[in-house]
Amino acid sequence: MSAQPVHLSYDIGWEEERVLGFGTMEAARKILIIPPLFDEMNRVRRMLVNAMRELAARGVTVYLPDLPGTNESLALMPEQDLETWRAAMALAAEQLGATHIAAIRGGALVDDGMPDLPHWRLAPVKGASIIKTMMRTRIAGDKEAGITTSTDDLMAEARISRVSLSGNLLNLKMVEHLTAAEPAALPNACTVTLGEGADKIAGSALWLRAEPQDDAAMSAAMAAELDRWSASCGG
Amino acid sequence: MGTQMTDTLNNTEATIRSILADLLGLPAEQVAQMDDDTELFGALPELDSMAVAGLLTEMEDRLDIAIDDDDVDGELFATFGNLVAFAKAKAAG
Repeated sequence: MSAQPVHLSYDIGWEEERVLGFGTMEAARKILIIPPLFDEMNRVRRMLVNAMRELAARGVTVYLPDLPGTNESLALMPEQDLETWRAAMALAAEQLGATHIAAIRGGALVDDGMPDLPHWRLAPVKGASIIKTMMRTRIAGDKEAGITTSTDDLMAEARISRVSLSGNLLNLKMVEHLTAAEPAALPNACTVTLGEGADKIAGSALWLRAEPQDDAAMSAAMAAELDRWSASCGG
Repeated sequence: MGTQMTDTLNNTEATIRSILADLLGLPAEQVAQMDDDTELFGALPELDSMAVAGLLTEMEDRLDIAIDDDDVDGELFATFGNLVAFAKAKAAG
């Protein structure tokens, strides 16, 4: 029988954020998954959750926290930036007793609040690529509505109050953080990309797709790789 | 043209094929069969104006080129050949 999810929370000081978990608190290995950012998160969520289920079946506990301002969070997106997300992920790791950190895509931009834990990163991405695609999407959408918008116009919007990109209201700090952010250098980080061979997992770049899709083989490959990696370091 | 330059340009085409496969979720065979005249925008329902935003950023990242959005018009995405020619011109500097 496949593992049932547990619904947990972590405390960021003024409110509780939701966490989806699989496995028991008593497990020796507890992996905190830091999801991709913005719409990339929605596109990979099903694949991620299936990988979590598979890990729990292997005896590894896995947690997927909401970033403040996303999913079930009551926090407001315009009050978030990469620092609030980094701090939130460090709190989640501490409160859930995580032994390992696995960051997917843009999650690797905010995974360095607990540098002593072993880190695993899948297809990490620069913040500049994320914000550029979001701005291009907004510009393309505006164009279809007959409005000409430039990147400078969007930066001006952010400076005045906040800018709406792919359904997210972002403040200037978030835009500036993303523009500059790269995954931090960490002493104990393993980076994995898509493909065949060492430090690769077979799968598809679901985070790029226009529609959320699933990839059962990728979930299985990711779970097997996370099981192997997490057993090899600590826990 | 030197061998190294030829390699770079052949790789550009292969990179564009892999980006289209990744981004649009197309079967590898379909992408492998694309030639210069294969129609993209308007012919592939997966390639809408939102997907184009992701396509441009992936091209920049994987080909290490910078794309000025003013250079981008509808013609660019009309055919596979147009897209590859544009990327090759950018990659050649």
